[in-house]
Amino acid sequence: MLKKADFRDVVVEMLRRAETNLPDDVLRVLRRSGKRERSPIAKLHFELMMKNLELAKKFWAPICQDTGTFTFFVQFGRGLKLNFDLEKTIGEAVALATREVPLRPSVVDPITRKPAKPNTGRGQPAVHIELVGGKRLQVDLLVKGAGTENWGRLFMLRPVEGPRAIERAVLLTLTEAWGRPCPPTVVGVGVGGSMETAPLLAKRALLRPLDRQNPDPTLAKLERQIERAANRTGIGPMGLGGETTVLRVLIERAVCHAASLPVAIALQCWPARRAKAKLVGGRLKVVEP
Amino acid sequence: MTKLTPPLSEGDIRRLRAGDLVTITGRIVTARDKAHVRITKGRKSPVGLRGGVIYHCGPLAKRTPKGWQILSAGPTTSARMDPMQVEFVKRTGVRALIGKGGVNEEIAGQLAKLGCVYLAFTGGAGVIAARAIEKIEKILWEDLGPAEAIWVLRVRNFGPLVVAVDTRGNNLYLREKR
Repeated sequence: MLKKADFRDVVVEMLRRAETNLPDDVLRVLRRSGKRERSPIAKLHFELMMKNLELAKKFWAPICQDTGTFTFFVQFGRGLKLNFDLEKTIGEAVALATREVPLRPSVVDPITRKPAKPNTGRGQPAVHIELVGGKRLQVDLLVKGAGTENWGRLFMLRPVEGPRAIERAVLLTLTEAWGRPCPPTVVGVGVGGSMETAPLLAKRALLRPLDRQNPDPTLAKLERQIERAANRTGIGPMGLGGETTVLRVLIERAVCHAASLPVAIALQCWPARRAKAKLVGGRLKVVEP
Repeated sequence: MTKLTPPLSEGDIRRLRAGDLVTITGRIVTARDKAHVRITKGRKSPVGLRGGVIYHCGPLAKRTPKGWQILSAGPTTSARMDPMQVEFVKRTGVRALIGKGGVNEEIAGQLAKLGCVYLAFTGGAGVIAARAIEKIEKILWEDLGPAEAIWVLRVRNFGPLVVAVDTRGNNLYLREKR
């Protein structure tokens, strides 16, 4: 039986690691992208980015002062027994991590703008629970700062416009945002579904490793095509020009109404922070980063 | 690499060109949305800012027995302060803004007239920034909360920063768009 205290401690550990380290795939893609840059300013940005990551890791200090808001995706096996409130415990872990890591208190009431209890409140952290078969348990965490979250967009496009319209929507989002979401960004795209599921697909897409090909060949091709177009904009690191505007475009799809083409775009800043925990030999463990 | 040591004169600033790299040694002062609102609505800045350097930043700090310690302090998105930017510079007389993402073209033009540059720092470089802070001189307007308060910081070799908007109206953020 999964113990509440163990589960909470693992979530705290996920937050600590996500804020101070990046997953290996992100590091690999950052290194590879940095080598392509020719402009001295773009090179300088990559140098500072990599140096900052080293320092963050060395001192267990959060990479960015905007320790963000949190989205948890939980895959919970129907065969597992549970005697505590999963969502509430994740909230407790966020409050605990806010003190211990520590995280910046960034969460406020949307109307009064008064601080909410340590980074928690109605809807925060966001927890999406999916029931799966067997005794599987996996927790994925996505950390997002406001710099990128503010540039997320939802488009309800004309179905006849097809894949070209998806590319245009991404390019419009990137050029409007320019240097503000801390490029090079990872672009999560949710295609199809509805006006509430497309954004969730876009966020889920951001959980995928950056250097693995999309198993869906149509989407793999579209991802490459949009990546090339995005990097041709010249926006570059921090919007000051360069070869790398996006580290990766990741697309997820769902079926939709014949008369709709929802396209949601979730940008993630270059410190693409995420963490993963899984059951390993019956114990929940942080496996990434 | 140009070393800037505030307070800065108009001459110091007008010599800088877009694309130059600079570091700062001396005093910088953080201000985010709420401090900008207060100052542009007429409250006097609680710290002298003439010739000063404003840092768009809401630091992540930890309270220790010896006082606050800043752990991560990278730049925040300057564009949120766009509607207040020109008025803020006029009222305070600051000579440089440090942030990320830039300011819009109209504001860049106004800053040029006022003799104020925009210095771009790498977003997400929170630990590099924190480690360049030698001392927290003062924390003012703490009622705004730790991220929105005004932190008066003494820094050494803070940067490198890129001069992204200079006083001749050059704006690196727009170069690629034209």
